[in-house]
Amino acid sequence: MTTDELKGLKVASLVDARGTACPGPLLAAKKAMGDIESGEILEVYSSDEGTKVDIPKWCQKMGHDYLGVVEESSYVRMFLKKS
Amino acid sequence: MAENTNTTVSTGPETEQISMVVFSGDLDKLLAAMIIATGAAAYDMKVNLFFTFWATAALRAPSKKAAGKDFMSKMFGWMLPKGAEKVALSKMNMGGMGTAMIKGIMKKHKVASLPELLKLAGELGVNINVCEMSMNLMGFKKEELIDYPNMKICGVATFLSDASESKIQLFI
Repeated sequence: MTTDELKGLKVASLVDARGTACPGPLLAAKKAMGDIESGEILEVYSSDEGTKVDIPKWCQKMGHDYLGVVEESSYVRMFLKKS
Repeated sequence: MAENTNTTVSTGPETEQISMVVFSGDLDKLLAAMIIATGAAAYDMKVNLFFTFWATAALRAPSKKAAGKDFMSKMFGWMLPKGAEKVALSKMNMGGMGTAMIKGIMKKHKVASLPELLKLAGELGVNINVCEMSMNLMGFKKEELIDYPNMKICGVATFLSDASESKIQLFI
């Protein structure tokens, strides 16, 4: 997905995990995933560099669709679709 | 060949497990163990931590006391760190200066402290099994351990049984 497509997605939930370190963003994403329905989209903000690698791996393992990442100046926005 | 008559009753994908022996009483190693444990919980894994030897000291509650200890137990209790707040680094402790410095750096980088990670692990359903033999050796009693939702005092058989059903086994 392109950056514009990602930014245009309708997200069901947004979790701001900026300012937390490993495994904070992962745990925040897991918790937020529990509150949305299958097929809905979760957006995760993280300022932790490692999360960019971790979240796609976690999605793959858990069966969620990792849609992509939008890089902002001091953080990343990741888009995940619940399986 | 006989037909397989086994019927599967499981309702979903089988839960994966991770089992760790948490042996070290060093702050850095305990942090590693607790970060892996809480991370594994995010993977919906069943997490079993078997706390033994020096690590048991990290589970002591600073505010709790146990009565009826003999002289040696009292001595041990006095010499060992009283809880997760008091454990020190394995390297560069420098009489506590290094540990204080790393705690400051962790705060700056928003890394959860050891007591915070223990609380988080409790909320995530991580099981803590405490080695009874170590408790006896160190002279600790269960009344002086922290309030933790899924804590059991047990022996090596519990670890072996958990580990034999786990995909990941670690000794820290």
